[in-house]
Amino acid sequence: MAKNVLKLDHITMQFGGVVAVNDLSMEVNEHEIVALIGPNGAGKTTAFNCVTGVYEPTNGMISFYGEPMVCNHPQGKMKKLYKGQYYDEFNKVISPTPDQITKLGIARTFQNIRLFKSLTVFENVLIAKHMRAKQNVFSATLRLNAKEEQRMREEAMALLEEQNLAHLKDEIAGSLPYGLQRRLEIARALATDPKLLLLDEPAAGMNPQETKELTDFIVQVRDKYGIAILMIEHHMDLVMAIAERIYVLDFGKLIASGTASEVQDNPDVINAYLGVDEDE
Amino acid sequence: MTKKISTSTIISAALVVFLFALVFVLEKVMNPYSMLFVVLKKGAIYALVAVSMNLLNGFTGLFSLGQAGFMLIGAYTYAIFTIPADQRLSVYQYFDGGIIDFSIPVIPALILAGLAAAFFAFLIGLPVLRLKSDYLAIATLGFAEIIRAFFQWDALGPVTNGSNLLKKFPTFDSTIFPFAVAGICIALIVMLINSSYGRAFKAIRDDEIAAEAMGINLFKHKEMAFVISSFFAGVGGALLAMYQTTVQAMAFKSAMTYEILLIVVIGGIGSVTGSVIASFLFIACSEWWLRFLDTETFIGAWQVPLLRSGFRKVVFAVIIMAVVLFYRQGIMGNREFSVDRLLKKRQKFIEKQAAKKASKEGR
Repeated sequence: MAKNVLKLDHITMQFGGVVAVNDLSMEVNEHEIVALIGPNGAGKTTAFNCVTGVYEPTNGMISFYGEPMVCNHPQGKMKKLYKGQYYDEFNKVISPTPDQITKLGIARTFQNIRLFKSLTVFENVLIAKHMRAKQNVFSATLRLNAKEEQRMREEAMALLEEQNLAHLKDEIAGSLPYGLQRRLEIARALATDPKLLLLDEPAAGMNPQETKELTDFIVQVRDKYGIAILMIEHHMDLVMAIAERIYVLDFGKLIASGTASEVQDNPDVINAYLGVDEDE
Repeated sequence: MTKKISTSTIISAALVVFLFALVFVLEKVMNPYSMLFVVLKKGAIYALVAVSMNLLNGFTGLFSLGQAGFMLIGAYTYAIFTIPADQRLSVYQYFDGGIIDFSIPVIPALILAGLAAAFFAFLIGLPVLRLKSDYLAIATLGFAEIIRAFFQWDALGPVTNGSNLLKKFPTFDSTIFPFAVAGICIALIVMLINSSYGRAFKAIRDDEIAAEAMGINLFKHKEMAFVISSFFAGVGGALLAMYQTTVQAMAFKSAMTYEILLIVVIGGIGSVTGSVIASFLFIACSEWWLRFLDTETFIGAWQVPLLRSGFRKVVFAVIIMAVVLFYRQGIMGNREFSVDRLLKKRQKFIEKQAAKKASKEGR
């Protein structure tokens, strides 16, 4: 059995009275591509945001390589409002900020691309190297540690070359075509040296040809960097082609999980999701 | 590293040396009371403060309006610690000579002025930097006003001399001095902007959420930008005190912040060279070129209409509106004036000419 990279334990995310994610438990193993699917508004991105520290889950625990990373239980006002289960199991409170989670080794991309639009392609990747740089603001300003800067630049350049983006290095990121912006966003996420990559709808807005290229690209990334990938995706052909396991969310609840064929045959899933999809 | 010194760096360095030499020679040759030197001195000081504000507003995306407050702290710190001990009794005449009875040299005092402003910025930043855009602007503006009132408080008289003037501290005569200090400070800011931290600041400006997802600690970096910007604003304030030869909290009104904001906007938000050029232009206009608007003028017996005290400010307001409406990018936009770019442009131009020639000959 491969090692557990990410584990969600009874995660509930409640905004006021609205339960966006309800008692979600799932896991991602090493070197695995896992997909999280579900109709619009099912709570997939909310679940992502819980993992990346954007939101603090109302209840539950998230572990990264077996270590508790995020943990919370209903407190204060939420105690009365809380509609989920498992009150007292998670009595620790750990709520790291997104940058701390990135430092641990979880990188993400965004549903609506979020590049540093006014900076160049090279700078976009270089920024990801900033958090691990061994320098402080004085040594960086006074160029006391030129080797460190040199190393960051070389690593960023090497990554761009691996991703076939080197020829675009001095282009302004915001001026790239859509497909390349997606690629750059993934390259930038990889530059943080992650162990787990979260992709939020990587194929959104892509035509079938681009989607096919992306499918191969994701597998390549996984193989090259030996990382685990968790993705949210609506393109069923992409998901069915590469996801080793699939979790299906509907109205915040997990309704099915398993391999592509297992999920496809699940009547709940067909009702909630694939049934709708066939009409399109 | 030694191999990397390119022609553009050499030319840039030569330009800087030439500029300093020019100022030096002009000062020897020209009447030292010429308006030119007023503009150069005050322009250099405003350039430093404008660049420090640009570091926040243009490069980190924090819309802060506290610059006058930090300048005030710098100016007062400098003045308080440099008034010669034997002059203190006459300066602090209402407060028995004040409670400080020593003085320190100019350069350490300048650094101390920056550190004092930076320290206050650190404290204020803790609560204030959690705010965004307009709210941050309002909070920092409010802080600057509070500081101004605070320094005029009678109970602090033994230190700040209450609402009375601070004077008789060391000043400068030569234009070279503000040029050198402002030059060094601006160079440091530019080096910061071009370092890894500068890139992190720009990342925060472009997209906070993405910056955080890249492992950049938002609060730490914002606080850092805020403290560093205030440090240089403090040094700028100290230089302004030296230039004015007296310090009074009254002078550091929010109008001063707006002047600096105006310089930053006209120069181009996110351009250091833009801020520098704009600050000299602005000071030249307000102190020299547009002065005639403020004086009643007669041509023969006919009085030129509108020209009277205060009309200059009306014209300024119109210029500001014109810039904001039609020329939002400012002089430089977010580009920089650099020798490197000029050289590249020249290269391109030459290539174009060659291509033209070739195509003509081909025909």
